[in-house]
Amino acid sequence: MILLVPVAAIGRSTLALLATIGQVAIYVGLVLSHILRPPFYFREFFSALLTIGYFSLPVVGLTTLFTGGALALQIYSGGARFNAESVVPQIVAIGIVRELGPVLTGLMVAGRVAASIAAEIGTMKVTEQIDALTTLSTNPIKYLTVPRVLAATIALPLLAAVGDIIGIMGGYLVGVTRLDFNAAVYLTTTVDFLVAKDVVSGLVKAGVFGFIIAMMGCYHGMNSGRGAQGVGRATTNAVVSASILILAANYLLTELFF
Amino acid sequence: MIELRDVHKAFGSNKVLRGVNLTIPRGESMVIIGGSGTGKSIALKSILGLVKPDSGTILLDGVDVAKAERDAFLARFGMLFQGGALFDSLSVWQNVAFRLLRGTQKRPVDEARAIAIEKLRRVGLKPDVADQFPAELSGGMQKRVGLARAIAAEPEIIFFDEPTTGLDPIMSGVINALIREIVTEMGATAMTITHDMSSVRAIADKVAMLHDGVIKWTGPVGEMDASGDPYLDQFIHGRAEGPIEAVR
Repeated sequence: MILLVPVAAIGRSTLALLATIGQVAIYVGLVLSHILRPPFYFREFFSALLTIGYFSLPVVGLTTLFTGGALALQIYSGGARFNAESVVPQIVAIGIVRELGPVLTGLMVAGRVAASIAAEIGTMKVTEQIDALTTLSTNPIKYLTVPRVLAATIALPLLAAVGDIIGIMGGYLVGVTRLDFNAAVYLTTTVDFLVAKDVVSGLVKAGVFGFIIAMMGCYHGMNSGRGAQGVGRATTNAVVSASILILAANYLLTELFF
Repeated sequence: MIELRDVHKAFGSNKVLRGVNLTIPRGESMVIIGGSGTGKSIALKSILGLVKPDSGTILLDGVDVAKAERDAFLARFGMLFQGGALFDSLSVWQNVAFRLLRGTQKRPVDEARAIAIEKLRRVGLKPDVADQFPAELSGGMQKRVGLARAIAAEPEIIFFDEPTTGLDPIMSGVINALIREIVTEMGATAMTITHDMSSVRAIADKVAMLHDGVIKWTGPVGEMDASGDPYLDQFIHGRAEGPIEAVR
């Protein structure tokens, strides 16, 4: 009998995981069903766009700037082993635009925004503000979730585009000042090498990451437990689940665009 | 008229409501009393559809609330939440006028603001409070703003969830008096849940005692002291000894 204890524990965990997946799927379906139906809360949408997009610019800019610089040094170091130091501009560009730009933007915004959304909505739930919304004839999903999901889905590609430019600039600065690349040649090589698909695939990824971030923040906030501990757990879960889903979605989308 | 017929609700193995039967006639103020965790809030939230009962029927003017058109149904209600439940991100007047700024009861912004300021005045707050945020107000002021929000759209039915919790006795008296005045003035049907016996005596036309998931006693507030019901007697006199088990 005692041998069945670990089996039962695995079974319970599996059932709990499947139940959570089911709940998230139902929640996503509910949100999607509300996106195109009025009323539309434009004020909440623009407010979320400002919070998620504009206020994330410094974090995204600094992250991609330093990553672009580090990437240039690493590629130079690796390329030197087979006399291919000259590929630095091309590899930095493709690495940032197709992969690191959207992924780093997604992960940094997940840390900043998913946590903030989950904490805000979780606190609203604990203090009965969500119930108050309902009694005031306002659907909480429509008022709280839809504007944030739309804003994040639109803001992330814009942030990733800015991140791409700053990341390439990081590589350029290191390439020109530290690795003795000619400035004009570096830029020309970068522009000539990139094709539209590189940029578009990265921006599509970022849009999907934005959807995941806002959805996880809202889902965990709406399902927050009671008290400070409940809100804290919801915040942690939002960041962890958003980060894991971003990395998983990144692989699947990379396969798709491969 | 609000009617609850054999309403049951359980959370897992915890049976909170075990067959609640209660009628609140139109225009009357019913106060539900009972210890913590006896299901008062769940009964109230079941009527509003915030909690779905496992079985039983809740009728509003003879119509099953589960089948009612949601927006029209909710438009008939106002509610004062225990902690106020004011929206932190909105100013006081935007909180009060929330319902008037969106949805089917939407008004022009200037008109909604004027109504909000009038309702704030009605609950004893000056117009300069209108542009402040909830976090800048004291607990008593937040309750008043919550009350102003509950009455802003002139609802037919108003619910009060522990209206005096966390307030000093004087402020409790002020809020009780305000609730009584407003309910009488508006001719609204009111349902209040509370532990506070001074609230009960100030607000109630009728009282219902909820214990162990069922209504143990109900009757006019004037008959409460001579009810002879051991549960009600123990509760209103705050005795540790009696049929209600007190955890020490």
